[in-house]
Amino acid sequence: MTDAGTTPTAAPAVTPAIDGWFTTGEAPALVASRCTTCESVFFPPTEGFCRNPACEGEAFEATELSRRGTVWSYTDAQYQPPPPYIPAADPYVPFALAAVELPEGIVVLGQLADGYGVGDVRVGTEVEVVVETLYTDESGERTIWRWKPVTELGQEVDQ
Amino acid sequence: VSRDVAVLGVGMHPWGKWGRSFVSYGVHAARAALADSGVAWEDVDFVVGGETVRNGYGGYVAGATFAQALGWNGARVATSYAACATGAQALDTARARILAGLCDVALVVGADTTPKGFLAPNAGERWDDPDWLRFRLLGMTNPGYFALYARRRMDLYGATQADFAEVKVKNARHGLHNPNARYRKEVSAEDVLNSSVVSDPLHLLDICATSDGAAAVVLTSMDYARRHGLRQGGRGPVRVRAVSTVTPTFPNTVIDMPLLSTDPSSSEPVETLTFKESIGAAAYEEAGIDPGDVSLAEVYDLSTALELDWIEDLALCKRGEAEHLLRAGDTTVGGRIPVNPSGGLACFGEAVPAQALAQVCEVTWQLRGQAEGRQVEDARVGITANQGLFGHGSSVILSV
Repeated sequence: MTDAGTTPTAAPAVTPAIDGWFTTGEAPALVASRCTTCESVFFPPTEGFCRNPACEGEAFEATELSRRGTVWSYTDAQYQPPPPYIPAADPYVPFALAAVELPEGIVVLGQLADGYGVGDVRVGTEVEVVVETLYTDESGERTIWRWKPVTELGQEVDQ
Repeated sequence: VSRDVAVLGVGMHPWGKWGRSFVSYGVHAARAALADSGVAWEDVDFVVGGETVRNGYGGYVAGATFAQALGWNGARVATSYAACATGAQALDTARARILAGLCDVALVVGADTTPKGFLAPNAGERWDDPDWLRFRLLGMTNPGYFALYARRRMDLYGATQADFAEVKVKNARHGLHNPNARYRKEVSAEDVLNSSVVSDPLHLLDICATSDGAAAVVLTSMDYARRHGLRQGGRGPVRVRAVSTVTPTFPNTVIDMPLLSTDPSSSEPVETLTFKESIGAAAYEEAGIDPGDVSLAEVYDLSTALELDWIEDLALCKRGEAEHLLRAGDTTVGGRIPVNPSGGLACFGEAVPAQALAQVCEVTWQLRGQAEGRQVEDARVGITANQGLFGHGSSVILSV
């Protein structure tokens, strides 16, 4: 495990809060498992047996999901959720969530990007995956995928 | 061949925060149901308990725990767990053994003691458990899911927060005279709209509490009921016509608590019914009853908005029209199709393993004409609906 405290010149570690569920970098994407037999795509990534009842497949390959989708619905968490949720700030700062329908036919939950709330989206709003810090612990910053409206704040005013 | 079984007795322990063991509530409800049925405990030959996961080992083996507390009588025993659908699964287990001719009298009991606040997952790190991951990675609470469905109703069908508040107003009024309800107080729409927003668009008073409580049902074969012909009036005993405990079909394309995603809809043609629609459809089919014949419904109003979803899922009106029924007073006692005449979860709060049985108790009292202060006139057919985490359908149809 990285111990940033002993090497002051090293940048603090930034690692995903969970392994293998999303890529990081300039154009991050969710990582799904595609059944090599029936092509069904599953997120979170899976292994073992294909969940399509008509398929006997047992092998999957990792595949990146589309980065953009449309909002199926949305809400927020105005009270701090109970553990194992780890609050990013004290005092607690509410955050918003969206269920997003991707072209692959999967609806995936995620928080909305920092700075966005329920007033910034509607059912049908286009959003895309970004990676942001979820919380910081002794290992450094832990990141998560989030949904960011494609239309920037303020751009919808004229519509 | 009739596949009906008789409900000879029902009983409950009032919902509340009593601070006692779930066993004491369960035994109270069981004795009330036995007294109501006129059947002696010694004559019960099958006990089914609804498991509670928050009360130690005794909760995991609830059937035996209740049997021992009532005094061992040698009965066969089973314990069911299906989250919020536990009661329906327990009832179905009892019904199956009766219909198979393996027993005559079954006692089904569910009881719980619940913590304050949000229902959180059990302790420990579980990186392969979606119920743990949804909290750790997303901070997604139960009200968060209810709020997603509520918001979708608003954006798609024009429902308003004022509509949701009116569901609470109605249910609070229904529960006023229900001796087993925890909250027996009128609530105004302003009360709801002025309460804190928990998960937008839902206010605190749109979301049900968690409660202690217990419910029990005495089920018998129709033969046994006839032989004992105990004070069931001219109509004969209330009968269980259907118990739907269906699971989803792939692909399940509506996001379900506690999952982080749906199945992919692209690989298979999408079923015409959603999972929740299929729960009621299976019950109607099994009972040979049409939604138009239903006199009343007890549905799982974990949130006010969810009651509106269920009305449509049970085909009591078309999709997007539940608000119209609400606004017209159709879902109020005295209206065309009263929904949650008991007061629903709005007045009870949720006691997980007891709740589906409590719905059966209420429908039974309604069908017998014993629902004082909230009686649906000439009730002949009642349906219940709820859904348990991880794909558990729950719908019971009863009739006289």
